[in-house]
Amino acid sequence: MNTPATKIQVIEPSKGWQLIDWRELIRYQDLLYYMVVRGIKARYAQSILGISWAIIQPLFTTLIFTIVFGNVAQISSDGAPYLIFSFAAMLPWSYFSNTLTEAANSLVSNSNMITKVYFPRLILPISAAFAKLLDFAIAFLLLIALLFYFGLTPSWEVVFLPILMIIMIMFSLGLGMILSAMAVQYRDVKHAIGFLVQILLYAAPVVYASSSIPVKYQFWYSLNPMVGVIEGFRSMFLSTQPMPWDWILTGGVISVIIFVFGAFYFKRMEKIFADVA
Amino acid sequence: MTSVIKVENLSKRYRLGKREVKKDTLFGQIGYIMGAPVRNFKTLMSLTNLESEKDSVFWALNDINFEVEQGDVLGIIGHNGAGKSTLLKILSRITEPSSGKITIQGRIAALLEVGTGFHKELTGRENIYMNGTILGMTRREIDSKLDEIIDFSGVEQHIDTPVKFYSSGMNVRLGFSVAAHLEPEILVIDEVLAVGDAEFQKKCLGKMQDVSGHGRTVLFVSHNMEALQNLCTSAIILKHGHLVAQGQTHDMVHEYLKNYLSSNNRISWEFEKAPGNEDYKFLEATVTNGKQDNSKVFYTSDEIHFKLTAWIKKPGQQIDLTYHLVDEMGTLVYVGSSAFIEHEKLGGGFVEMHSVFPRNVLNEGTYSVSRLLLVLNKGHALIDVKDSISFDLLPAPNGLLGWMGNKEGVLKLSNVSWEINQTQNDTRN
Repeated sequence: MNTPATKIQVIEPSKGWQLIDWRELIRYQDLLYYMVVRGIKARYAQSILGISWAIIQPLFTTLIFTIVFGNVAQISSDGAPYLIFSFAAMLPWSYFSNTLTEAANSLVSNSNMITKVYFPRLILPISAAFAKLLDFAIAFLLLIALLFYFGLTPSWEVVFLPILMIIMIMFSLGLGMILSAMAVQYRDVKHAIGFLVQILLYAAPVVYASSSIPVKYQFWYSLNPMVGVIEGFRSMFLSTQPMPWDWILTGGVISVIIFVFGAFYFKRMEKIFADVA
Repeated sequence: MTSVIKVENLSKRYRLGKREVKKDTLFGQIGYIMGAPVRNFKTLMSLTNLESEKDSVFWALNDINFEVEQGDVLGIIGHNGAGKSTLLKILSRITEPSSGKITIQGRIAALLEVGTGFHKELTGRENIYMNGTILGMTRREIDSKLDEIIDFSGVEQHIDTPVKFYSSGMNVRLGFSVAAHLEPEILVIDEVLAVGDAEFQKKCLGKMQDVSGHGRTVLFVSHNMEALQNLCTSAIILKHGHLVAQGQTHDMVHEYLKNYLSSNNRISWEFEKAPGNEDYKFLEATVTNGKQDNSKVFYTSDEIHFKLTAWIKKPGQQIDLTYHLVDEMGTLVYVGSSAFIEHEKLGGGFVEMHSVFPRNVLNEGTYSVSRLLLVLNKGHALIDVKDSISFDLLPAPNGLLGWMGNKEGVLKLSNVSWEINQTQNDTRN
């Protein structure tokens, strides 16, 4: 080679725990973009209601919760109308559960790509996390409409929404990375995930208020980052409780830990994906 | 010349599945089923833990060493399971080697499949971007080549239609034209040419020729010996994960075909089990190129010698041999029969029948004898053997027609005469 600038690449067996190659990810940013577009377009292709499914799913779940838990069981909603009380929680919760499910299956369902071409595999769970943000945004518009309907005004603390969203994305994606890497080798993950999401729904304050948890258990309860995120959403939009900064902090730390561990674990497992997929 | 790819002591091992032991009592079976999760867990764990049990480890590649120089087009030859695909997967970073090292200088792109990442709900245009970015192109690069890609694919009319409405041929064309517009310094290509129609394959081969003509390095795996001979400057042969030979493409192709060709040039039967009855039996059928070397390699410039050995109990009978020659598509190419010629009456022991097919008649391809008949009194079939011997005809050495080595049609017929005259000059302008 007469051009000394030519890149030299060495292929060797890798050892131990390694950092994610972020620069490589940035080089493949266009692929990420098209994966997100593909995820969105493919999902709503050939359906009559198209993107409105992003509203229908959380809205109907909320309506059922309102009837069952709000009217029949008369669960406390901290003074807010039960419908918007549970919808404000359903917004981050839907994002979490959809991202987790999609990200966890992303490697297995794209195994044909993994075995045929090299690209940073992390693109797959990341694109799931990005594609679900569209659903989140659409459902968010519905939340605003509901706020108008019930005559509620969000508090000034709504400026902290991006912080809550970052915690929500990091936690969903971090867990998604771990589960997707596991799912390549253990297909049990695919069967377990629906079940897991269902259990987690009741471990987070979606249908009830965190204030009904005894105070002495509240720290342990808040180790689930979704607790801080959901209560934070309620606080800023419905002003039912003061902003739960202690829970948000705990949840933030946990989600950073999960995200970093997820990234390392994913990288470590990455090399075997093509062999066992 | 500097080597742009240097492969040193490269090995890759995989784990083989072990056979399960089944219990034959009901309680044994119940216990076995209950223990299944634990066993499954161990099996799944062991997929990645190769150190534990040495016996069930399979070496897909074993201590491979070679170098590729800039501008070389290297052919990789070998049977299924020889390690070709594993080698390409390691080179393209899809999977990691177990040990050893590869040093690559320059941007490498691998094409192990056409149209990776295509989604049937997306339009042709969207899939160009999808596939292109998977192959490592940026959006801007694709933008600048988009018209060329669409033009090359020949599906411009349907480019904004979801690809689920495409025929499989159109899908392949689109996928291939994206791949053909990659501009890496090193290109790795697997058996992708096996798909698509002949016309389009030629176009792609031409495009690839362009690539290597520009001083780019190409690694090429194919079972198509003609394509290998026409495209590659050198070749390596892999067998059971070992590199067994390397050198000039023509020598390597010959070497490979001589030793590893699976075509069945000879079939013989034990007397007791031979097809036929108590009075007539087929004992052996062979096809050779008529040369002394007895090689399995047939070129279109060779004569094709068919030989049949039979046993006929009673003497003095009117016995003839008929064979049906078919090509790889099963098309009947020729029916040869001794019934059309005068010959002596046979019988009372072993007889040999020869038929020599002239050179330069059949085109390249795989041919086989689909029926072998022993006929009595020019009418009654005594023995009828289906699908027996076969042979591969290769393009004659040094008789290459450039990169378009693949001449179409069953017949080659070098002695067809032509007369070409201009009969009238156009006076309209």
